[in-house]
Amino acid sequence: MITRQIRKWLISGVLALVATSTVNAQTFVFTAIPDEDETRLVERFRGIADYLSEQLEVDVRYIPVKSYAAAVSAFRNNQVQLAWFGGLSGVQARALVPGSEALAQGVEDQAFYNYFIAHKSTGLERADKLPEGVRGKTFTFGSKGSTSGRLIPEYHIRDQFKEPPESVFSRVGFSGNHTRTLRLVESGTYQVGALNYKVWDKELEDGNINTDDVKVIWKTPGFPNYQWTIRGDVDDRFGEGFKNKVRQALLNLDDPALLESFPREGFIPASNDDYEPIRSVASELGIID
Amino acid sequence: MLSYPTVRASLLFLAIAVAGLFVADIAITTANPWRDLGQFFIGVATPNFFSTEGLLTALLRTVAFGFVGVALGSFFGFLLALVYRFLPVRIFCAFIRAIHELFWALIFLQFFGFHPLTGVLAIAIPYAGIFAKVYSEILEESDPEPSRLLPPGTSAVAAFLYARIPDCWVQIRTYTAYRLECGLRSSAILGFVGLPTLGFYLESSFSQGMYSDAGAMLILFYVLIATMPIWVRPKLLPAYLLAAPFFLGEGFPIVWGNVQRFFTEDIVPFPIRNGEGLTGLSSWLGDLMITEALPGIWNTIVLTQIALVATGLLSLLAFPLISKHFGGPVRRTSGHVLLVIARSTPEYILAYILLQLWGPSMLPAVVALALHNGGIIGHLIGRQTNTIELRPDAPTGFTRYSWELVPRVYRSFLAFLFYRWEIIMRETAILGILGIYTLGFYVDSAIQNIQFDRAMILILITASLNIGVDVLGRTIRRKLALQTMPTC
Repeated sequence: MITRQIRKWLISGVLALVATSTVNAQTFVFTAIPDEDETRLVERFRGIADYLSEQLEVDVRYIPVKSYAAAVSAFRNNQVQLAWFGGLSGVQARALVPGSEALAQGVEDQAFYNYFIAHKSTGLERADKLPEGVRGKTFTFGSKGSTSGRLIPEYHIRDQFKEPPESVFSRVGFSGNHTRTLRLVESGTYQVGALNYKVWDKELEDGNINTDDVKVIWKTPGFPNYQWTIRGDVDDRFGEGFKNKVRQALLNLDDPALLESFPREGFIPASNDDYEPIRSVASELGIID
Repeated sequence: MLSYPTVRASLLFLAIAVAGLFVADIAITTANPWRDLGQFFIGVATPNFFSTEGLLTALLRTVAFGFVGVALGSFFGFLLALVYRFLPVRIFCAFIRAIHELFWALIFLQFFGFHPLTGVLAIAIPYAGIFAKVYSEILEESDPEPSRLLPPGTSAVAAFLYARIPDCWVQIRTYTAYRLECGLRSSAILGFVGLPTLGFYLESSFSQGMYSDAGAMLILFYVLIATMPIWVRPKLLPAYLLAAPFFLGEGFPIVWGNVQRFFTEDIVPFPIRNGEGLTGLSSWLGDLMITEALPGIWNTIVLTQIALVATGLLSLLAFPLISKHFGGPVRRTSGHVLLVIARSTPEYILAYILLQLWGPSMLPAVVALALHNGGIIGHLIGRQTNTIELRPDAPTGFTRYSWELVPRVYRSFLAFLFYRWEIIMRETAILGILGIYTLGFYVDSAIQNIQFDRAMILILITASLNIGVDVLGRTIRRKLALQTMPTC
């Protein structure tokens, strides 16, 4: 009697586990690379989720992830169908998911750039090229999978010094994201760092940077960066024309508060070919096979 | 003194660690480490329990993943223990427990994604390997006498249930309860790679410098662990076990095609996938060994050896805190609190905190490993000294410590230390994910670059290194004739 009861419980437990895991099959889920402070990302992308949900007339949900690779894997595994990727993560994701497309990019993402920043103790000043004086200093990238925090800075370091970063600098670290790179160089934990200009400009505007302690020493040439990428099979799942609806919704986004949260002036169409320069640099550095 | 093998072994390990210090990177790189540490303590002293709406849910998930993972691990571990005498089973168990929970989680994340199964299996699999080993040791040591008295014709199952199990039931129960505590710790840190447990929010608050929020989470976690004797009751266990699967959260559906893809494509070495054959494979492997595996192995070994000796020194310093032979009840109670905090904070979290405060080098890792492991061994040794009765005219103070107590507990101290050698190495490797250049750093880099073939090879190397140290540790324990009960 008791064993039968227990068996019944066990079976219902297993069934419930299975049931709860399929309940959300028709929710349109998206993610974003964790390139900044999480609080800010959650705030920004919840707004986007509400906006898309209204425009697309389906449930839209944002899930935060802990790493760039986790964002790419979730996209690849079809646990998210749309993602706000960086240049490199987008290239990786689209290579892994045949049929996926870059839908839209920020106006600024056509010619994005990076800042190299330095702590005051280095005495380095802004220059037209990466100053020779960075040699022997400590240096931090952002995340390992970041375009503006890793790929582009590493490319320019190798290009100028003809050596890998580990031999140019006395210590090389990965802060995790752009906000942390800024904080670590500002506090002197690392003497030099490289970050996304958008994060720097926004923090500067908000008065969150002590410009006596940290300053920009070099601005890189432009490169294509962030974009919205969508899986190729969304039309099968959410109905004919769904992909175009998503694209239109993103291109039509004109809520100033939402755009300001990125911050972008607006979104414009993008294509997979726009990111060829990123792909070839990544391949040259051995980051992609 | 040098004629004692235990002293010679200790000095040898000490010498290796000192040599290690010369080649290790142990700098404090932050400009204001003490100000940051101060801010952190202020944060812990002014906890903010209402920061995240998800905090209670995260706590619930932490418990749920811990319970389900440990329950499955103990069930399968017990089955494996019954056939543990077969060499392939022993090798299999050594292998699955040589891979850290976080590595298992990183592997499952690639094809199960954010499904509860990822977290459950990440705990259950390595725990099954550990349970199998310990249960089989316990069963082996049970008294054979009762089974000899059974009438002929008694079935093997009945003999096992009535003559073997009762004799070791208490030990099995104690050990399983103890592992449950370890399971909660493992469950908490799984949040660091994105599962919905406490570590998820802890990482977010910490990386944003919100120390009061982080402090609140740490306090809740200590309360959870410290009150386990109150809320984990044998009578309530079945209810917990039945309820736990319902509190794992929804996650996302598993796509089985992903599982197949992972095993048939992702982890197949790139040159083979690309049809470059064996020549391609050997140059690919050679490159992987030279640029990543060898530096990773070197750093892992250096850090492990320093951390091992630091753990030993700290345990010897810490055990008087709770020993009845020193100080009054007030000192002992605060000693207990200190050691409980040290040992219930997972190394990973301690290392994460210290890395944020002091900057990336081996130093935060050494301190974290020594605090956590020293807390455990100090506690065990301290408890052991409480069973020692000294003569009424025994010396006091430092003489009592160095001539009465340390010599009496030294052998079991070494036994615990060598037992934890492998555990320290497993943790050392995993701390690489936080940015110290041990094997975990390279595994994490490979995963960040979506190169799972490289990640798998590096994980296999890490596992072999752990198995090697485990074997070496056991050999040394046998040579020195040291005996111990397992700890986690």
